[in-house]
Amino acid sequence: MVDLTRQYDVLVVGGGNAALCAAIGARRSGASVLVLEGAPKFYRGGNTRHTRNFRCAHDSATETLTGPYSEEEFFDDLLRITGGETNEPLARHMIRESKEVLIWLGEQGIQFQPSLGGTLTLGRTNAFFLGGGRAMLNALYRTAEDLGVDILYDAPVTALDIQDGMFLSATITRDQATSVVRARTLVAAAGGFEANIEWMKEYWGEAADNFLIRGTPYNRGSVLRMLLDSGVQEIGDPTQCHAVAIDARAPKYDGGIITRLDCVVFGVVVNKNAERFYDEGEDVWPKRYAIWGRLVAAQPDQIAYIIFDASSLKLFMPSLFPPITGGSIRELAQKLELNADVLDKTVSDFNAAVRPGTFNYNDLDDCRTEGLTPPKSHWARKIETAPFYAYPVRPGITFTYLGVRVNDQARIIMKDGKPAANMFAAGEIMAGNVLGRGYAAGIGMTIGSVFGRLAGRGASKNARN
Amino acid sequence: MRATDMHTTATHTTAALSEADRLMVVCNSCRYCEGLCAVFPAMEMRRTFLDGDLNYLANLCHSCGACYSDCQFSPPHEFDVNVPRTLAKVRADSYQAYAWPRAFSGMFARNGLAISVVAALSVAAFVLGFVAFRDPDVLFGTHTGPGAFYRLMPHNAMALLFGAVFLYAILAIVMSARAFWRDIASGTSSNAKPFWQAVKDAGSLRYLDGGKGGCMNDDDRPTDRRKHYHHATSYGFLLCLASTSVATLYHYLLGREAPYAWYDLPVLLGTLGGIGLIVGPIGLLAAKWRRDPALVDESRFGMDVAFIVMLFMTSLTGLALLVLRATPAMGTLLAVHLGVVFALFFTMPYGKFVHGIYRFLALMQYAREHE
Repeated sequence: MVDLTRQYDVLVVGGGNAALCAAIGARRSGASVLVLEGAPKFYRGGNTRHTRNFRCAHDSATETLTGPYSEEEFFDDLLRITGGETNEPLARHMIRESKEVLIWLGEQGIQFQPSLGGTLTLGRTNAFFLGGGRAMLNALYRTAEDLGVDILYDAPVTALDIQDGMFLSATITRDQATSVVRARTLVAAAGGFEANIEWMKEYWGEAADNFLIRGTPYNRGSVLRMLLDSGVQEIGDPTQCHAVAIDARAPKYDGGIITRLDCVVFGVVVNKNAERFYDEGEDVWPKRYAIWGRLVAAQPDQIAYIIFDASSLKLFMPSLFPPITGGSIRELAQKLELNADVLDKTVSDFNAAVRPGTFNYNDLDDCRTEGLTPPKSHWARKIETAPFYAYPVRPGITFTYLGVRVNDQARIIMKDGKPAANMFAAGEIMAGNVLGRGYAAGIGMTIGSVFGRLAGRGASKNARN
Repeated sequence: MRATDMHTTATHTTAALSEADRLMVVCNSCRYCEGLCAVFPAMEMRRTFLDGDLNYLANLCHSCGACYSDCQFSPPHEFDVNVPRTLAKVRADSYQAYAWPRAFSGMFARNGLAISVVAALSVAAFVLGFVAFRDPDVLFGTHTGPGAFYRLMPHNAMALLFGAVFLYAILAIVMSARAFWRDIASGTSSNAKPFWQAVKDAGSLRYLDGGKGGCMNDDDRPTDRRKHYHHATSYGFLLCLASTSVATLYHYLLGREAPYAWYDLPVLLGTLGGIGLIVGPIGLLAAKWRRDPALVDESRFGMDVAFIVMLFMTSLTGLALLVLRATPAMGTLLAVHLGVVFALFFTMPYGKFVHGIYRFLALMQYAREHE
């Protein structure tokens, strides 16, 4: 039984990858640890439930990774996807640590597998969890329990007592009763605020009502809010987040991976006015999938439609919902409730602009449009073979980047620039430190595991000094 | 959106098949479980799931339960994904759907009851037969030395009766398996490699380990317990079959009559196999009782238990016969043992035994697909 009257060395708030890596790291270095997960047991772990792999530097191929991924290459990738909006020393530190964390995760009972099927492009850079993120999470929880970490579910933190950068206690509310939990140090690993639509509206306005949240409804950012209100320094652009275009028919929360659509590059994407708005063939899909959430968010009513024809139907991974089908573009337009004349013209104009080329969807091919605005730079093929298909898409928000500033020990930095006395942070709640914008597959997990382990160790040392 | 509003790729004859189709659409758009077993890679080769495809996938599934505990969409999630239980239902339905002759397929409907009745009738028939054909002196007498068993029942009568029921069982199983194979087999591979691959995969229960970590049983900690008990049971059964085969050869080729000395090959094989068939079924039953009910098709509890109990009883009565064969109890024990064995063979095509055949064929098709 969890004893809430005692004072723990380390209190971990959150229950995902970052939280558990912190809890295990702290416990292994001798601290007593309590984990407070706000969600019920089934939904434990926030977005970690929906992850699949972990990006990490490594000097040579492993049993499951197909080749080396140097620190330099990892950093170059990070620089490219963020457009330079990262903290170089912190990012380099994270990447260096990721090498060791790959081995460390294995020691915590995580099993890896080679990347298969639709994810081959990541087989060299990303370590895939056998059975996916929930399997990884289950292994972390088993290890934490075996080590004697105390865990409470359904235990949302509703208040933090922080005085002059010093954490004193947390208040949790369970079954309408509150209890105060005291600990010598705090690790905040409670994720972003993407499921808090009201907060999202502060930056996005009414558009946020049309966002779908890919993870659980429990990522409300309440711990982030409390920290920012207690003199902790903020980091990151509040509108930045990991946002992809997902099937508009997905549930509001927790639709996860199966509502994603990988067919943008095979067709054209139109808004509710039946007009194109961005180059669908700008780059290979794994490098571009994470820009489409923002693109759709900027369209009227935050909805768009991917239109393609029979020749492309089986070129991409199947997804949860069947495409909407029409014998002609006009029929398709009617089913989508789009202006049939405009959609017909958009598709005709596109078809007329397509130049002959050799179609190759594995590479940047020479199939492109000429004289069309916006252009389609690759994989442009005429949409002319019935039946015609469409998927409606909306912005699917994975996680937000606004967070708390930390140093390279994962220690929280206060507004005055001084390190907090006994507070650490890891995971999405501090992702903005290295991820100013953009996204590369598996990097959220890198941030979680690396800073989680650092935070746990740091907190443990801090508590016992 | 509720789970029931989600789509399937084809229309199906049963609700279980429709549900399996719905789940395969979900799983095919996720694929996180593709490293766990053969089911998911086989699924990935398809975009539509007809009845035959689903029966194939259901029989590939070894019910390790790993995909359930690894799934982010398992209940209480609104997508309500429970692959082990759904495939267990489809699998059990498939035994009934392919049963030969059709008239006997009803035995699967209330299988536990059907098998109990057959077993009771069979034992009663042997006991009554012995009483009717033999004097009480013989039935309750002490018999030792070669031919002791045959003073109760002539060897030729025994061989004829058991030969007939054994051949019938083989015929019925072959006919059912053929119907199943026609539904699931595709491609034209004709070399022997898939066969040997299936022998290896079935013999080692390769896919009863949750990828690497073990099966999910009563809680969220995986173990290999069921795999070990299954090995004891299936290899125990094979050793007993080998014991009987060697004894038959002894009788006809060497003219040596049972019972044999404890160190003789039929007794050694039978004893070893018999121990496996005691330990294995007890372990499997215990695991079955303790297993998380979310993972299993509870309506088929009777079928599973009936088969395990039949194997256990075969071994128990056989070992009792071995131990007490020089006492007056031998006559009665022989009747009971023969009754149980007769019932075991007679019900073999209409009970859980066929899972091994169907799974073997599914594994062979998997090896063909993945050559």
